[in-house]
Amino acid sequence: MLGKLILSFLPRASTPSGEPSSSENSPLPAATAPSEASPSPGASLPPGAPQKPKVSGALKEKLAHIVFFIAASICIVAVVLICFFLFANGVPAIVQIGLPEFLTGDVWRPSSGEYGIFPMILGSLYVTAGAIVLGVPIGILCAIYLSTFASRRSVRLVQPGIELLAGIPSVVYGFFGLVVLVPLIRVFFDSFFGMHIQGMSILTAAIILAIMILPTIITISKAAIDAVPESYYEGALALGAEHERCVFRVMVPAALSGIMAAIILGVGRAIGETMAVVMVVGNQTHIPDSLLDGARTLTGNIVLEMGYAADLHREALIATAVVLFVFILLINLLFNVVKRGAKI
Amino acid sequence: MSQAISPTINSRLTRRTRSRSIGAWILRLLVYLGALLSVGVLLFIVVYILIMGIPHLSPALFDPVYNSTNVSLMPALANTLLITLVALVIAVPLGLGAAIYLTEYAGRKNRIVGAVRVTAETLSGIPSIVYGLFGLLFFVTYLNWRMSLISGALTLAIMILPLIMRTSEEALKAVPDLYREGSFGLGAGRLRTVLRVLLPSATPGILAGILLGIGRIVGESAALIYTAGTVAEIPSGLFDSTRTLSVHMYVLASEGLHVEQTYATAVVLLLLVLIINTLAATLVRRFAKG
Repeated sequence: MLGKLILSFLPRASTPSGEPSSSENSPLPAATAPSEASPSPGASLPPGAPQKPKVSGALKEKLAHIVFFIAASICIVAVVLICFFLFANGVPAIVQIGLPEFLTGDVWRPSSGEYGIFPMILGSLYVTAGAIVLGVPIGILCAIYLSTFASRRSVRLVQPGIELLAGIPSVVYGFFGLVVLVPLIRVFFDSFFGMHIQGMSILTAAIILAIMILPTIITISKAAIDAVPESYYEGALALGAEHERCVFRVMVPAALSGIMAAIILGVGRAIGETMAVVMVVGNQTHIPDSLLDGARTLTGNIVLEMGYAADLHREALIATAVVLFVFILLINLLFNVVKRGAKI
Repeated sequence: MSQAISPTINSRLTRRTRSRSIGAWILRLLVYLGALLSVGVLLFIVVYILIMGIPHLSPALFDPVYNSTNVSLMPALANTLLITLVALVIAVPLGLGAAIYLTEYAGRKNRIVGAVRVTAETLSGIPSIVYGLFGLLFFVTYLNWRMSLISGALTLAIMILPLIMRTSEEALKAVPDLYREGSFGLGAGRLRTVLRVLLPSATPGILAGILLGIGRIVGESAALIYTAGTVAEIPSGLFDSTRTLSVHMYVLASEGLHVEQTYATAVVLLLLVLIINTLAATLVRRFAKG
């Protein structure tokens, strides 16, 4: 009898799953309630009794819906909380210091009440630009290799390696930069150009960051190139173009918006990176004169001074994070705009 | 990851056309150089750290107590496990629940879905230092939990939430609709379908996401310095300060007093993360196949 009841609901119960489930969807929980109550007691119950499990089953569904809904809204809550706490703690400091003085002031000297983060903004921009200049061409070339040149076997070998590169912790990158790159750059410029530099520089940080953003650039660019329809390639080939020409003149331009998305994501990674940069960039608070000069980034400013800062100094550091956060939000926005055209 | 390598593009026939212009040779050279450089850098970093670090892996490094003469990594390792556990206990149910809501409960035109997607994407773009600062402002200062295991774990939980959510969502989406229809057809409700049919078949994908989350937690340092603190002892409770392996490594490297031990610590950290991520990748691959 119970089976018949379920069967009678079958056509309705098997409607596609993506339907909105809330209150309009009551036939479904009602139909399923008897089975929820497990067959053995349900079968032996007197005719009037099944009412009760029916209610509790519907209730359970309702409850589950609410619980899952709450879980889903945690992301929204988290973003709101992060925005609120950052802005509430940082904006008063910006107001007190004065927005123009804060953003364009070129002296950061908390001990005498001077809070200008212009050197840090420049530092962040230089380091990020350097990473992009070094990392993007290599990353795109590697992505082109993986999706159009490599044999199946080499892809199977190289791709996991690239994914591993993404997993290496930033302190390990930073340490590697500190013990390998810094001395290397010092010795290189000393012996070839006779320059006595310290080795901790924008260039060092840019190289480390370039390595760190490689996996992002490679994975997303590869996905973009893979998504180009094969007919494009075949068309170019049929017109007599060589493999290289097909790839660089047809496939890559077709994948350009996806590659742009990869670059933007790489910029986001680079500008937000903290530990690896702090360890190799020197962290001087003046405006850097050259690539071989040390600098301090926005992220570095926060992590270096937060430990002992108090009062306005502390708030100025939080305001630094607000500036960084706004940068990141803008980059995210740009990424979304570009991605919409790219369909990766 | 699209596994579909096009048959024409990569076939030997098209890759090896007989006559080639100089431009094509240069392009080809550049492409191979780019690939070689990417792989070479990876190999160099990993091999360099291993060669410099492995000889210094001494039993003293795994001593249960840390002090300034013997910079043992054992407490930090234990703390890493603890903080990972607490962060997962919080993030996994939330991320999984959110994924279930998005794939199974919310309708196509639900406005909440869009908001969740946008905020999750925003969260995954926020740099870890900003998470660290938020944790400092909210958990440490506002809730007055001080720099502690729980403050750090909650900060990390928010950080890996979008990752867990996205991977679980993808795993759930990959379950064929036939399973849902079959389950509904047999009279199971939505909840029962989710718990008994969908979750078991999506488990490998969900696990891979969790492993990736663990990998991120183990490698994280910027978000933890000001939320979990740097005390190199195993905490006696949730509200004690801890130092994870990554933070430990950062402190050692910036002190610069124990270079050999820093190399050894780097080896442990690197291997830990590489093993976890390889496991995740293997799971994903097996999942994609079967």
